[in-house]
Amino acid sequence: MSQTALTHLERLEAESIHILRETVAETERPVMLYSIGKDSAVMLHLARKAFYPGSLPFPLLHVDTTWKFSDMYRMRERIAEQAGIELLVHRNPEAAERGINPFDHGALHTDLWKTEGLKQALDLHCFDAAFGGARRDEEKSRAKERIFSFRSASHRWDPRRQRPELWNLYNVRHAKGETMRVFPLSNWTELDIWQYILAEGIEIVPLYLAAERPVVERDGMLLMVDDDRFRLAEGEVPQLRSVRFRTLGCYPLSGAVESQADTIEKVVQEMLLTATSERQGRLIDRDAGAGSMEKKKQEGYF
Amino acid sequence: MARPGDLDRALIERDITAFLERQRTKQLLRFITCGSVDDGKSTLIGRLLHDSRQIFEDQLASLAADSRSVGTQGDRIDFALLVDGLAAEREQGITIDVAYRFFATDRRKFIIADTPGHEQYTRNMVTGASTADLAVLLVDARKGVLQQTRRHSYLAHLVGIRHLVLAVNKMDLVTYDKAVFDKIVDDYARFADTLGIEGVVAIPVSGLEGANITAHDRTNMPWYEGPTLHEYLERVPVASAVYQDKPFRMPVQWVNRPDQHFRGFAGQVAAGRIAPGERVRLLPSGRTSRVERIVTMDGDLEAAVAGQSVTLTLADEVDCARGDVIAAADDPPASADQFEATIVWMDEEPLLPGRAYWLKLASQTVSATIQPPKHRVDVNTLAQLAAKTLDLNDIGVAQLTTDRDITFEPYADPDGASANRTLGGFILIDKLTNATVGAGMLHFALRRAQNIHPQALDISPGTRARALGQRPAILWFTGLSGAGKSTIANLVEKKLVARGRHTFLLDGDNIRHGLNKDLGFTDADRIENIRRIGEVAKLMTEAGLIVLTAFISPFRAERQMVRDMCAEGDFIEIFVDTPLRIAEERDEKGLYAKARAGKIKNFTGIDSPYEAPLKPDLRIDTTKLDAEAAAEAVVAALLERLEG
Repeated sequence: MSQTALTHLERLEAESIHILRETVAETERPVMLYSIGKDSAVMLHLARKAFYPGSLPFPLLHVDTTWKFSDMYRMRERIAEQAGIELLVHRNPEAAERGINPFDHGALHTDLWKTEGLKQALDLHCFDAAFGGARRDEEKSRAKERIFSFRSASHRWDPRRQRPELWNLYNVRHAKGETMRVFPLSNWTELDIWQYILAEGIEIVPLYLAAERPVVERDGMLLMVDDDRFRLAEGEVPQLRSVRFRTLGCYPLSGAVESQADTIEKVVQEMLLTATSERQGRLIDRDAGAGSMEKKKQEGYF
Repeated sequence: MARPGDLDRALIERDITAFLERQRTKQLLRFITCGSVDDGKSTLIGRLLHDSRQIFEDQLASLAADSRSVGTQGDRIDFALLVDGLAAEREQGITIDVAYRFFATDRRKFIIADTPGHEQYTRNMVTGASTADLAVLLVDARKGVLQQTRRHSYLAHLVGIRHLVLAVNKMDLVTYDKAVFDKIVDDYARFADTLGIEGVVAIPVSGLEGANITAHDRTNMPWYEGPTLHEYLERVPVASAVYQDKPFRMPVQWVNRPDQHFRGFAGQVAAGRIAPGERVRLLPSGRTSRVERIVTMDGDLEAAVAGQSVTLTLADEVDCARGDVIAAADDPPASADQFEATIVWMDEEPLLPGRAYWLKLASQTVSATIQPPKHRVDVNTLAQLAAKTLDLNDIGVAQLTTDRDITFEPYADPDGASANRTLGGFILIDKLTNATVGAGMLHFALRRAQNIHPQALDISPGTRARALGQRPAILWFTGLSGAGKSTIANLVEKKLVARGRHTFLLDGDNIRHGLNKDLGFTDADRIENIRRIGEVAKLMTEAGLIVLTAFISPFRAERQMVRDMCAEGDFIEIFVDTPLRIAEERDEKGLYAKARAGKIKNFTGIDSPYEAPLKPDLRIDTTKLDAEAAAEAVVAALLERLEG
């Protein structure tokens, strides 16, 4: 019999589908955290494949900060309108009431809108498993993250209580109140994600591709003036420059890169040739120096 | 020195579409690196990542800065710093886990499982190796084959890795001497023979200098004509292809029923190949059917092979659920409930023989108990040692029993080419903490269970219960010694008999002096004691009786085990709650005084724990109720349950 070994993308796809199905089979109320970014787009596509021809056996959850790019909100609405998709949006009422924003509140912005908002949403809906699009190649502290990451009833991540993962056998058992974060894309790299988006024709937010956009340069970062809430410093005038984004979050916190890459192929080409790692454009990692991502994770940030 | 990424780079610049097209056909190889930091493992991995251009500019800049401030290589880049971990571990200077790292060459994508080299080694290495196709064993050229090299080889072989690379590192420190390399290769070959390890490739390298990693070092090692590490990693056959030649197996993960017209069985093909029209057998039922369609979102497939996640529909309406295995009709795997297995213990709490654990194998989860080990293996000397239990990082061979048949295959394939990881590997889960406490590899089924067929009985438990005019139950009294269990149970029995009920009271006197007189008071013996009492009580309920048991039964897990044996609602746990202080004051048999004086060992409450029920069906607070009132409460609760 002739042997055709699966390609690496086929193996990654099969592994992710296995993880998605295992979670649905063994947990009571799973949810998929949908951040509107390219990794979420891939994860959603894989979930559709896993449960085809059925529709998704879980809702999507967007933990909103009200400060995402308007292009992202448009994408979210398009997804929500698709057949078989139930999309929940959660905004932390406390953050809304206190008017928490990225200009005045620094790290508190991420903490209240995202970390606290996520915990609230999980508790509110009694979700016991949440799919996230994090990958092990993103950041050094993630290299050891489990595919099934165990969180206490207070959402804390304790490195000592993580379970060994052997073969493709996942221990999904947990007590009431405890939750799992499940990362189906753990073994994907950034290049894998792009290749898969290309191969499968997955729709992504246009911000990933270069276009003329109004930006200001601040602390060495190019920030996009996406709406009139952006506070210009004295003397700052938005300029139209051809930019794209490598990661998407709150627009005042996401650094753009100057680029002419207006197709996915060109983005990949630029990424491979210029060689700056992916999270570099994100302010969030620099808050507390080395190990800051791990600290965030312990507190319950995805 | 030319990097393999350079070819890619030229193509990326010239024709990105062609580059991406070529990427699509890449294969994936997963390997594990074994060795300690002293062997230069981190440097070697850092070098692999760096030389294949998997390190981006900003990381490289921070690496250069870190190298100057905390590195060990002076002004040179310390590649070891790339292989960094969690903050907790940086602070404590320990590595506690498996880190997964990624890089790619022109032909393949690689996932490295990087495991640390100290105490937690066995647990971490077995975990990392369980998904690896190949192991890279690092040997320091100055030190040669050490005990740890043997340990790594044994563990890699144990989990079924059939390709080993002996990377003889730090050749720069032995002046690239061929004789040194040859001697190490000879030493290792002799040892590998004793374990039956084949397929070893030895490569002399220097991680620090990058010699024979991605390019040959012709200047210093002109005598070496074999492949570089990169070349070998790109060339070695990928194990997943081997699985396609085996008989078809697919554990059912999930049944897809979007509407009444579609019923699909979703799973990842573990072995073999399947096409529509082919006959399959469903296990454990043994029913056969034909595959109708192989459904995917990209359209129906003409065939599916090992590794793919698919959804199958069958031609017949047959029962099939998660946990079942769909297999080649004429070559199905066996089912059994007693096995011999190698077990790797991964928890701080030692294995308790006799205790029931969850056993998960593929998509099957069953309750399993493990016998005292036949032996454990000293991973350093490979000697077989006597053992009563297994501690953290111990490896042993033991028999185990599951509460129902599981579909399985021996982990080690007789052809030696590959292991049956999916149907031969299992994990053990503690029923209370839900922690993964062990992992195992099935050797073979023990024939005993297959020759004892359950006797089909004409008279059922229901018939007997109706003849007695009552619903059977187990009233399980638990509590400290001297709490009042026996006194209350005695009163309850009298009251029940007075109401015309048929009862039997099991307590220490009629059990410890008879059925269980061979058991002592160690944790393991206490577990076996309760197991036997549970089985006897269950038989008596099947005879139609209301059974009362009065035993300390200190562990939650065993009380749960008995509850699990019984039909839903038949097990009634009564917690006779007396504070230790009061039980000790009463001390009618003088046992607490003896225990305090050290004359009795393993006495519950003194030097052996009592795990109070978290949710008893009934709690009796003996500081508030006397024995008579307590017995009334129990009878009232029982009658309400059985008749209410």
